[in-house]
Amino acid sequence: MKQTGPLLITAAGGFVLIVAYFIPFAQNWGELAAIWFDILAAVAFILGGGNLLKTHLKRISDRARGWGYSGVVVVSFLATLFVGLVKVGVNPSAQFPDFAWSGQYRQMGSAFWYLFQYAFTPLTATMFSLLAFYIASAAFRAFRAKNVEAVLLLGTAFIILLGRTFAGVALTSWIDPDVWAGFAYFTGLRLENLTVYIMSVFNTAGNRAIMIGIALGIVATSLKVLLGIDRSYLGKD
Amino acid sequence: MRRENVFWMALLVIGAAALLWRSAFTTEGMGREYVRAVPVANGRWTQSDPATYGEYQGAEAALPAQTEYQFSLPRTIGLWLAAFFTLAIFSFLFGDNPFYKVAEAVLVGVSAAYWMVIGFWDVIVPNLVGKIWPALVRAWAMPGLSGPEAEPSPSYIVVLVLSVMLLWRLAPKGGWIARWPLAFIIGTTAGLRLIAFLHGDFLVQIRNTILPLAVIDGGVFDPWLSLQNLLIVVGVLCCLVYFFFSFEHQGAVGATAKAGIWVLMITFGAAFGYTVMGRIALLAIRLEFLLDDWLWLIDPTGRRVAALLAGGGLG
Amino acid sequence: MTEFIVNQWWLVAIVIASLIPLVMRIVSAGLLETLRTLDRRWIFLLLLWAVLIPIYFIGVTGRTFPEVPSVLARATFDEIDRLNPGDPILLAFDYDPPSEGELGPMATAFVYHAASKKLRMYFMALWPLGAQMIDNTIAKVITPDFRDLVYGRDYINLGFKSGQEGVIKVVVTNLRELYTTDSRGTAMQDIPMMEGITNIQQMKVIVSVSAGYPGTKEWVQYAVTPFPSLRLVAGATGVQAPLLYPYVPRQLPGLLGAIKGAAEYEKLVVDAYGGANADPKYLEALRRMGPQLVAHLLIITLIVVANVVFLIDRGRKR
Repeated sequence: MKQTGPLLITAAGGFVLIVAYFIPFAQNWGELAAIWFDILAAVAFILGGGNLLKTHLKRISDRARGWGYSGVVVVSFLATLFVGLVKVGVNPSAQFPDFAWSGQYRQMGSAFWYLFQYAFTPLTATMFSLLAFYIASAAFRAFRAKNVEAVLLLGTAFIILLGRTFAGVALTSWIDPDVWAGFAYFTGLRLENLTVYIMSVFNTAGNRAIMIGIALGIVATSLKVLLGIDRSYLGKD
Repeated sequence: MRRENVFWMALLVIGAAALLWRSAFTTEGMGREYVRAVPVANGRWTQSDPATYGEYQGAEAALPAQTEYQFSLPRTIGLWLAAFFTLAIFSFLFGDNPFYKVAEAVLVGVSAAYWMVIGFWDVIVPNLVGKIWPALVRAWAMPGLSGPEAEPSPSYIVVLVLSVMLLWRLAPKGGWIARWPLAFIIGTTAGLRLIAFLHGDFLVQIRNTILPLAVIDGGVFDPWLSLQNLLIVVGVLCCLVYFFFSFEHQGAVGATAKAGIWVLMITFGAAFGYTVMGRIALLAIRLEFLLDDWLWLIDPTGRRVAALLAGGGLG
Repeated sequence: MTEFIVNQWWLVAIVIASLIPLVMRIVSAGLLETLRTLDRRWIFLLLLWAVLIPIYFIGVTGRTFPEVPSVLARATFDEIDRLNPGDPILLAFDYDPPSEGELGPMATAFVYHAASKKLRMYFMALWPLGAQMIDNTIAKVITPDFRDLVYGRDYINLGFKSGQEGVIKVVVTNLRELYTTDSRGTAMQDIPMMEGITNIQQMKVIVSVSAGYPGTKEWVQYAVTPFPSLRLVAGATGVQAPLLYPYVPRQLPGLLGAIKGAAEYEKLVVDAYGGANADPKYLEALRRMGPQLVAHLLIITLIVVANVVFLIDRGRKR
């Protein structure tokens, strides 16, 4: 029962959505399954938060290495959770002033908004901006024109990097029919135009082939899951 | 203390002194936040909307005793906190350090809780509790909930049960109970993706690749567009041949696969170029924050130029 | 430029001082040896200056590079510009603060364009932080510059729903089962612009501002592909944009890729609706193209230099 029940649910959930795609009569079933899925996705947020709390509380109780930072995680987690759930600093909505809880949880000026503005945004945005430094370092250390393939990759990258800025225009603006009428046939070689052709021709072709391959892979994987051939997600016992 | 540490300590002290000097002893100053008091709900509450230093200056010039535009200490502290977090994360580039670790810990804690709160107020309250017990939600947090969407739907009790089963994963025992909702999530994901990828990324992509190899535009042959279409069709086919591993890549097949590799290399080169472009923009906005919002060294949008207040100001 | 260097002498001094140790190492160990064993923190520092100095230069001088819109940016613009006042469009803000550097200017320009055209704007988000990004963009564009537009009549923030592609799957046929209220908690029946709107197939155009999953790809797969009458345009991050080209133009008629795409679209919108003295807040991407240029040149230089060292070393080994 521990295995059979989930297998049946997996198949039912999946095939309802597949059937709903082809039979208009079954569309409502598909909608219902998708809505349940959407709500469970929100519950997964709670599960994720709960797991994080559990892990870090254990690190603190074990006095594991760096447990002080786990303390910071727990404090910032609980503080954010508290001000968000209790709507600290949120005025009731203008439409329903007599309902104390009617204001929007992320209302401008509230404690939750404050955390978004001055903690969440700078922290997450700066964390992602570090990638710029690492990609520059990787460019210096990893890219070597060892063979034709690597030259093609690097050459394309150079054209894109130049062509998607004013450098492209500045470097090849001389390919201009006003300079020499014969250039009218070669304007496609201007870096900004080359960039467009690379993207719309070679990049499209390459990514389309990858897309077709991935699509077949996902269809096969999904079918294996729905038919109960792949049961790895259920665990062992 | 090591010589290097002394150097960095000295640099930090000089930096802090420069910031102090700039914020306290220069006419332009730096890093201050202003708000505008906006009455809401017929004046029952006052909402503090963000305002610029320029608007504040304009308001002061027009009416020195005005109270609509004000300096905000909490938000100024917030701004400095944001600057600290930004610099703390950047400090990782030099090497791992306690400032970075604290910032990282705050990031993890705040993010997880943030998602939880959003999930609770945006989905669980209106779409789960509100569907099972709309009267409760209406009396509590969503007095505006009404109409046909606010009718009780008993079928949602099933989702409630599945939700509780999913959260059971946090309990020390009975982890298998969470498999049932997990199975539902996996099943629906598989069902959704099977069709979507088959249709959008397989069938339609084949359709998109069936292109005219001789483009006739207004009765005239267009060689350039024809060449582009030819390259797309040949490029896709060559790449697909490369992805075939059922037969050896030798002879004509090998040559075709080789051409496929070249197309893929151009694709990866383009992806690299675009990735660099994206990453630089992400860095630029953080440096703009430091230079503009915090240090007040630049003002590209004219936020600190004394503003002549248009309608709505100092009413 | 000379005037800038003279006036901002202190910045020049800091930049030069920061690079003195590197120069000293080159002098003592030689250029080749320094490059072979270069500490990556020097590359970090070079990149920092390559991005920071242009930002400062543009911030002080106000000068930007001219921008020529590409075919795809024009196609994106035309998709929205051909609509009539009052036409409904869906703006899906599927991003959060980490990608604001690229997508913020696009979001601003899309809303500025739609508001200038007096289109009815329906905002929604598949990313948890997307609803906040919608609030911010409304506060930046509509609240100060389009005071005649009324919430609930001309624009509405439907907010965030979890479930990624599952949300699209539902709203494409049944909006109200999932969105029982707007993000302020107002019932659908009490919102004038929701009258008669039951699903998003009624939208004239879907605008997807997308940072990844779920985003433009999912809008193509779950909305446009099964319902080909829907028109979709997208503003996507640099990482995502190349992957979306196979959908162009049949499933995705317009696509803005990374900050360059944003700058091109910004230029088109501001030229058409911004007037002679456009508000600088609508030219954010155009300004950001300055640091972009210098940083790109630095990355190319780094790759070239590393390859020169590599070729010299390989030549010596042979």
